[in-house]
Amino acid sequence: MNLDLLTGLYVFMLAAFIGFEVIRRVSPLLHTPLMSLTNALDAIAVVGAIILAGEGKTKLATILGTIAIVAATSNIVGGFIITDRMLKMFKASGTRKP
Amino acid sequence: MIPADTIIEVTYIIATALFILSLKWLSSPATARRGVWAGEVGMFLAILGTLLHHGLNYRWVAIGLVLGTIIGVPLGKVAMTAVPQRTALSHAFGALCVTLVGTAEFYLRAPAVPKFMMGVLSLEVILGALTFTGSLMAAGKLQEVLPQRPITYKGQNFVNLGMLAIAVVIALMLVHNPEKMFLFPLMIVIPLIFGVMMIIPIGGADMPTVISLLNSYAGLSAAAMGFVLGSKLLIIAGALDGASGFILSVNMSKAMNRSFTNVLFGAFGQEQKSAAGGVEARPVRSASPEEAAGILAAASKVVIVPGYGMAVAQAQHKVRELYDALTKKGIDVKFGIHPVAGRMPGHMNVLLAEADIPYDRLLEMDDINGDFPQTDVALIIGANDVTNPAAREDKSSPIYGMPILDVDKAHTVMVIKRSMAAGFAGIENPLYYLDKTLMLFGDARTFVGSIVRELSGGHG
Repeated sequence: MNLDLLTGLYVFMLAAFIGFEVIRRVSPLLHTPLMSLTNALDAIAVVGAIILAGEGKTKLATILGTIAIVAATSNIVGGFIITDRMLKMFKASGTRKP
Repeated sequence: MIPADTIIEVTYIIATALFILSLKWLSSPATARRGVWAGEVGMFLAILGTLLHHGLNYRWVAIGLVLGTIIGVPLGKVAMTAVPQRTALSHAFGALCVTLVGTAEFYLRAPAVPKFMMGVLSLEVILGALTFTGSLMAAGKLQEVLPQRPITYKGQNFVNLGMLAIAVVIALMLVHNPEKMFLFPLMIVIPLIFGVMMIIPIGGADMPTVISLLNSYAGLSAAAMGFVLGSKLLIIAGALDGASGFILSVNMSKAMNRSFTNVLFGAFGQEQKSAAGGVEARPVRSASPEEAAGILAAASKVVIVPGYGMAVAQAQHKVRELYDALTKKGIDVKFGIHPVAGRMPGHMNVLLAEADIPYDRLLEMDDINGDFPQTDVALIIGANDVTNPAAREDKSSPIYGMPILDVDKAHTVMVIKRSMAAGFAGIENPLYYLDKTLMLFGDARTFVGSIVRELSGGHG
């Protein structure tokens, strides 16, 4: 995969604008779940680690890649679980269980 | 047959769209859970696509994925009160992943690393390394395994900025001469130390800002990794995370009326100790649970203002019983939530939602402040500085200019507090000496429990 600098910067800039616009609308009520969700999404870095560990070009790359997979996967799994647990708790007045 | 590379790219495009939708759906509690679902599907697709890459050996990948899951599940099931430290820890893990991948990429490519590549690689590992140790320190302070008080020394800012400058100089040298490979470990070790030094002077009350800032760094380092690997998906995910962290940091510093630089280099809570000294003898009015219950029962509008003290005392479930008892009597109960109440953005909302308090009763500062003049009782539970009228009136106060909840405009103010000791920032709160203020001394959970007992016992 090759990506030239300019294309990369365009992608980054557009994503940053979308990020600002979308996230600005997130209610402060949900700022904690927001942080844990973006954290889980950020762990998409696992794809880089998978290729590194899977290709295994050098011993160092395999070792560092595997540790990186562990770190990122724990963020994905933990991040999604806790975000969902938190969101499940937010209930409006009418829908509350007695 | 469609080539594997095309399938992989398609899964990445779908994942990108789902990630953006995921954040969009998070905008309201009604659609938020759909957002998590979209994120999960996107993540699953992207990982599946990646596994299609030609010539991957799955052994270490599988071991990594399984081990990560084993560690991740308990991290997803921590108590709600431990969410701030869990979040800090996950920033650390994210940054660790990015730093390790960056390091491996450097040694795979060195010594022939193009200038641009070396530049983003340096950015990736510097941000990654300082976020890693910084977040670990923050998690340690939040978990109280490390001292929470800010530690400052003379020349601290000079030392910290100097270290950062050295790291940048090394990065520039590597950009020019990537064959000087011996410099690379230095470029990791210095930011690792910087991360620790950066958090040492930061106190608990500043944690919401710092966690948001670390969140932003973690995102930016992941975006830099995207440039290194030529992955648009990663650039986008990193940019989204970076933007989110940035917005939250700006919110938090606005809510404290401080700049980033002031949070990072200003070490709160040190200088004011002298100011807190000479005023101990002023009289305050205190009240018993029975009296407090009587006043609450006679009210028609009550606003409860929770703070970190409520979380420490684990009082949120008792607060919910109080909410129920008052609501049953037809009293209108709302909650006023300051943006920096607690130890991370939105912390109070999560705790109150866990206690089953409907989210439409939780109001932000700007929405509730207009209500205080018509409020009979403002009940403050474990909050201090965010209710301090000195922020509005006293120009010499260190928190002057910070937006606060105008609880002093309510007809009666009740403050549940352990003692008259000053708050986290060590600042005197004139609210406690007002004629309309009643101090309710005791542990928040026990005290609220006693009020509830009075309310349900005395009036049937």
